[in-house]
Amino acid sequence: MTQALQDLGEYVSQALSQDLLSWQVTGDELSILVRTLSVPKVLGFLRDDSNCQFKLLMDVCGVDYPERELRFQVVYHLLSLKHNQRIRVKLDTDEETPVPSVVSLFSSAGWYEREVWDMFGVLFSDNPDLRRILTDYGFQGHPLRKDFPLSGYVEVRYDDDQKRVVYEPVKLTQDFRTFDFMSPWEGIIPGSEKAGKV
Amino acid sequence: MAESQIKTFNINFGPQHPAAHGVLRLILEMSGEIVERADPHIGLLHRGTEKLIEYKTYTQAVPYFDRLDYVCPMNQEHAFVRATEKLLGIEAPPRAQYIRVLYDEIGRILNHILNITTFAMDVGAITPMLYGFEEREKLMEFYERVSGARLHAAYYRTGGVAADLPDGLAEDILAWIETFPHLLGDIEKLLNNNRIFKQRTVDIGVVSAEQAMDWGFSGPNLRASGVAWDLRKSQPYAVYDQMDFDIPVGKNGDCYDRYMIRIFEMYESLKIMKQAIEKMPKGPVRCDDRKVSAPPRAEMKRSMEALIHHFKLFTEGFHVPAGETYSVVETAKGEFGVYLISDGSNKAYRCKIRAPAFAHLQGTDFMAKGHMLADAVANIGSIDIVFGEIDR
Repeated sequence: MTQALQDLGEYVSQALSQDLLSWQVTGDELSILVRTLSVPKVLGFLRDDSNCQFKLLMDVCGVDYPERELRFQVVYHLLSLKHNQRIRVKLDTDEETPVPSVVSLFSSAGWYEREVWDMFGVLFSDNPDLRRILTDYGFQGHPLRKDFPLSGYVEVRYDDDQKRVVYEPVKLTQDFRTFDFMSPWEGIIPGSEKAGKV
Repeated sequence: MAESQIKTFNINFGPQHPAAHGVLRLILEMSGEIVERADPHIGLLHRGTEKLIEYKTYTQAVPYFDRLDYVCPMNQEHAFVRATEKLLGIEAPPRAQYIRVLYDEIGRILNHILNITTFAMDVGAITPMLYGFEEREKLMEFYERVSGARLHAAYYRTGGVAADLPDGLAEDILAWIETFPHLLGDIEKLLNNNRIFKQRTVDIGVVSAEQAMDWGFSGPNLRASGVAWDLRKSQPYAVYDQMDFDIPVGKNGDCYDRYMIRIFEMYESLKIMKQAIEKMPKGPVRCDDRKVSAPPRAEMKRSMEALIHHFKLFTEGFHVPAGETYSVVETAKGEFGVYLISDGSNKAYRCKIRAPAFAHLQGTDFMAKGHMLADAVANIGSIDIVFGEIDR
């Protein structure tokens, strides 16, 4: 299994040497990192090449790394029924750089890309229908970004006077509590690992 | 020539419609009674599961998976615990693996009963639902006896399952397995050759194998289109490689085939359940790595170390080595995947849930195009959607 993935990795990296930045096999999973603009070419190759045959796009997801210069990673998971293999294709992007859409290659990408746009604010060029998908009508912000608070910004309730649902800023009756289990000390003890941070 | 042009108009279907299987809002562009375009609006049940998991320890994240596809809760827990086990490099003991297979198949039958009977109700047959839900109740009792909850079990844990099967449960499940084919036969008699049922389902919503792959279908919907693909066979997990069972594959990819696949799958699930109980070895149900799985209560009364481990596991939780994995299981609806990224802490950095029904619902548009309004309902019923997992 691992050997077959090694061979596939070698093969893909040779065929796509222009577009591939790196590839690795960890455990029994192969993942490749590609240039942002070459993703349609890479996925098209993986779908049509007779040694790959990745006909199913199972998932597209975003990951947010706020400390990086290109903070978002978009991850595609493909499945080949013929060779019984999976491959993970990753690319880096930021808030401004649009990622070329792969809807023309895989119809299933349509909603997956909408979800990544909704949750992370990653733009996809050429997606014919890039609307929000999971959040509320008129929602502001991108909830799965690391800097978006868990409680969100607005809450809704039914207002009996106005006879409609109203949106209000979130009011927490109790402060949101985060427990730091790494070090239970409050940071006042000199020499402790939190001493400098408070 | 002077035929009056029929203006297309929009209908709002749902989100409070019983045939919408939850909170689906469908905007249908109609030309007369023909659907020209179907635009599903989803997200009315969005609870931010993926965001919440990023703020919870790995053990605390398990119950969220019950709440995704609440029709077969344990199957999804399986995907998550498999992902964490893979990153930790541990394996559940054999007995736990057999228990997982047993409960996965119970979940599959739970799901298929619900889907088949509500689908039949969508196209006009009420009786199967009345029969089927009684059996679901019996199966949920098996859930309850093992975990204490009918639906939200939180029974699978990283490194095994929460507790061993109580005395007498295996015998009761075996007794139930003997009775169920009789009821399934009754449902088949009511539906298989029923003229109205066939008129509503045969050649409705035909999906070719190419279309199914293009739209990312999986599970029974993919198999109904004639693609022989089941993760339990092709990428076996737990102890599915030691089970003897068949995978039914359809031919036409219409609503009727999708229905028949699920009927046949239930018979196969019964076979697997029976084998799982008969082959189940004795032994522990949780791995003995105390850094991951809690010590037994009796040990905590005597051993200081056990007490410390218990305290640490239920406050801080365990740390998972940095890495990433995409691990999948074949739930009743198809390929359920968990893409887990760990940064080495006690909480997941990112947990993406790949829900099979999300891809299936996306196909509603091309399936409904050119069909009557009533066929759109049959399509939605036959692709087996549950909003817990679509909206997440």
